[in-house]
Amino acid sequence: MESIKDKVAIIGMGCTKFGELWNKDGEDLVVDAAYEAYADAGIDPNDIDAAWVGTLFGVTATTLSVPLKTNYIPVTRVENVCGTGMETIRAGAFALISKAHDLVLCLGFEKMKDTGYGAAAGFWPGGTGGGTEKWHPVYAAGDSAPGRFAMAATRYFHQFGLSPEEGKRTLAKISAKSHYNGARNPRAHLRREVTVEDVINAPMIAWPLGLFDACGVTDGAAAAIMCRTEDVHKYKPGGDYITIKGLAISTGPGMGKVLTDYDWTHWEETKRASSQAYAQAGIKDPRKSIDMCEVHDCFSISELICYEDLGFCEKGQAKRYIDDGTFALKGKHPFNVGGGLKSFGHPIGATAIREVFEIYSEVLGRAQTPERQLKNCEIGLAQNQGGHPGKFIASVIIAGIPGK
Amino acid sequence: MAIGIVSFGAYIPAYRLSQSEITRAWGSGIPKGEKAIANWDEDSITMGVEAALDCIGGIDRSLVDSLYFATTTSPYHEKQNASIIAAAADLRKDIYSLDITNSLRAGSNAMKTATDAVVAGSAHRALVTIADCRIPAPRGELESVFGDASAALMIGKEDVAVEIEGSYSFSSEFIDIWKEEGGRYPHSWEDRFVDVEGYRPLLSEGVSRLLSKYGLKPGDFSKAVYYAPNARRHREMAGVLGFDQKNQVQTPLYDSIGNAGAASAFVMLVAALEEAKPGDRILFAIYGDGVDAFVLRVTENIAKVQNRRGVKKHLASKMMLGNYEKYLRFRNLLEWDVDLRPPYRSSLPVTWRERNQIYRLYGSKCNACGTIQIPQQRVCGACRAKDDYAQVRLSDKRAKIFTYCIDQRSGVTPDLPNVVALGDFEGGGRFYSPVTDRDPEQIQIGMAVEMTFRKVNQALWLNNYFWKFRPVRVE
Repeated sequence: MESIKDKVAIIGMGCTKFGELWNKDGEDLVVDAAYEAYADAGIDPNDIDAAWVGTLFGVTATTLSVPLKTNYIPVTRVENVCGTGMETIRAGAFALISKAHDLVLCLGFEKMKDTGYGAAAGFWPGGTGGGTEKWHPVYAAGDSAPGRFAMAATRYFHQFGLSPEEGKRTLAKISAKSHYNGARNPRAHLRREVTVEDVINAPMIAWPLGLFDACGVTDGAAAAIMCRTEDVHKYKPGGDYITIKGLAISTGPGMGKVLTDYDWTHWEETKRASSQAYAQAGIKDPRKSIDMCEVHDCFSISELICYEDLGFCEKGQAKRYIDDGTFALKGKHPFNVGGGLKSFGHPIGATAIREVFEIYSEVLGRAQTPERQLKNCEIGLAQNQGGHPGKFIASVIIAGIPGK
Repeated sequence: MAIGIVSFGAYIPAYRLSQSEITRAWGSGIPKGEKAIANWDEDSITMGVEAALDCIGGIDRSLVDSLYFATTTSPYHEKQNASIIAAAADLRKDIYSLDITNSLRAGSNAMKTATDAVVAGSAHRALVTIADCRIPAPRGELESVFGDASAALMIGKEDVAVEIEGSYSFSSEFIDIWKEEGGRYPHSWEDRFVDVEGYRPLLSEGVSRLLSKYGLKPGDFSKAVYYAPNARRHREMAGVLGFDQKNQVQTPLYDSIGNAGAASAFVMLVAALEEAKPGDRILFAIYGDGVDAFVLRVTENIAKVQNRRGVKKHLASKMMLGNYEKYLRFRNLLEWDVDLRPPYRSSLPVTWRERNQIYRLYGSKCNACGTIQIPQQRVCGACRAKDDYAQVRLSDKRAKIFTYCIDQRSGVTPDLPNVVALGDFEGGGRFYSPVTDRDPEQIQIGMAVEMTFRKVNQALWLNNYFWKFRPVRVE
């Protein structure tokens, strides 16, 4: 196997405003994100020779080919729950490296707000217990995503000796930090700062996770246009771009609710995906090499565990670093400078690409608000985990300045 | 050869509704007492399973060759309920399963029929389980009277603990309580008519003909166990029959359980048998569309089966239902708004294909490495051995809570929050399941739980049954 490092360039990106976009349907989101990316890349839509569309609830490639009027090129819908957007980039990257295609569009979108569900309640059609529980008549009937992550939080507090109050406060600091960042991000869904007390006192969903520990339900789309690094001069002569350094996915066997050897306090799939991505990128200590991380904080506990599983602090020690502000915007290892899923929002198919958009913006100096612009940001990491603790599909991408 | 009761069991739901709550709701009622209320996820099938399993105790389940289910509140019509109970109780496939219903005498109809089968030799161990979960019209006279409970008897000819020495039955076209096709609540004619023309003369006639058939007198009995519509008629009947209220009459438990319909007299009988001594002779009489009356004689084998949870221990283990409104939600007597969520689904192919997992709670035990997994895994999660496992019953295993959540916003249960836990079974295996019959404040990591068969949801006009955790009910 060869490393992907620096072989693929992202030459253009687009990202819609994320939010409750009542006036936009899925097709509108696709058009908005794609055309912003085309303009940024400086290419004509007809130059694209293959596309991948990532959406969890949308069905089939026509969700992209129809609104964009693609010209009989290969278009495929892909899905990997919360890593869906990452999968479009992965598919596109492999197509480029294999030289099957030269210029690809990777777009993720989700129209969540038409269903009327107050939560990100979805359904997985088909399947039986163990695989796709949500649809099963009796197994796990009535459970929920916040419930499952609450079980991880409860177990984490128990295992590492955090009292209920300490644990809840620690999680609250994460959400408050993300909102601080999102408030400074014009594209974010929820742009209001919240205090730690606001988060602690928010309505309870599944203890310890309250309303402000959970990402909202959001519409949005993001897109990337990529080519082989050696071809950048053909499409964007003199233009700026970033390259992919590492790209890995780990899909677990999903036995966390069935076998007794899973501790519910780490995400094994995230650890493995990040190890592989670090190896591809030639990174030995992420703390020394990674300048920013955009991670999958569907719930505050997810981000906490990412601090540990991505190698930014020792297992069980997150509280100490959180209290020190290590992961804040001005901290040593800023996490979710875009606001995270919590504040930026979580249109499922788009999220992973949106995370890469954050890296792209920071590295190329385009963070829009000066307050949010990191200095000397060269390499970023984006991570997602979709599914349940003990049954994740985790994806990690590392990207940044070419050659670094 | 003696034929009779080989084992017995009973079940009282954990929740109790106080009479003072009913009085608060309507502005008048009975000053004291309480009644047992089935949880929102219980019905007469699930209660029938509880009593049947209590009765089975440690007896080899493969010995049971018939299952009779008696009730006036069948969850299904034109679909047998007994076959579901038989599967949940993990009985053999080649048994005789039968529903007996439609009368307050359904339980004794079943008992007599089962006994006749054993006498005839077409059954060796017949399990009779009786459960009722009746809904009285709100604010009506019957609301303070009805309660929910179940009981079970195993009838056989070996190790008989209570011999059925004799019986007498008659049928009567007298109508006092009834429910029509499609009706929601039982109706009852006025109490004076019911007592003067029905209950009093008919039950006493049944008992007196039984006694004269066998040349017995009230004094020959240690205990009298008999059905009555309510506590007052029960007290009066003691005098009519000539039994001593204090020393002979088995308390009907109407002020702690309520009148549990077809199961009522059987709950009283189990309460009597729990305390009975070898040699005791018991009168057992049930009324409803006629009378079934029995002479029972306790043998030395009684001590072997007095370790069941039965009535006393279930009675003692209780949780008060905080308010009358909750009872209305449990019984769907109220319409209320719920958060919009994707609807539940039913799938009969899934339920059929996974019947061993769903009804019997069989997990897989890998033959190569011994790891127990539920849901069953064709490819072992621990060692990747393929299609190499045995099925193991987990419904009788205890577990310890590994972690849990208290979910305020999930599902549409009438009893939020939804408590969901991961429990690690004694002997291996981890199971993901809601916790029922619980106080959310008491749930903690390490808590001991056991399995109970419940109605998880309803969709497409089907009840979806499955097993759930509950805190261990009786130690």
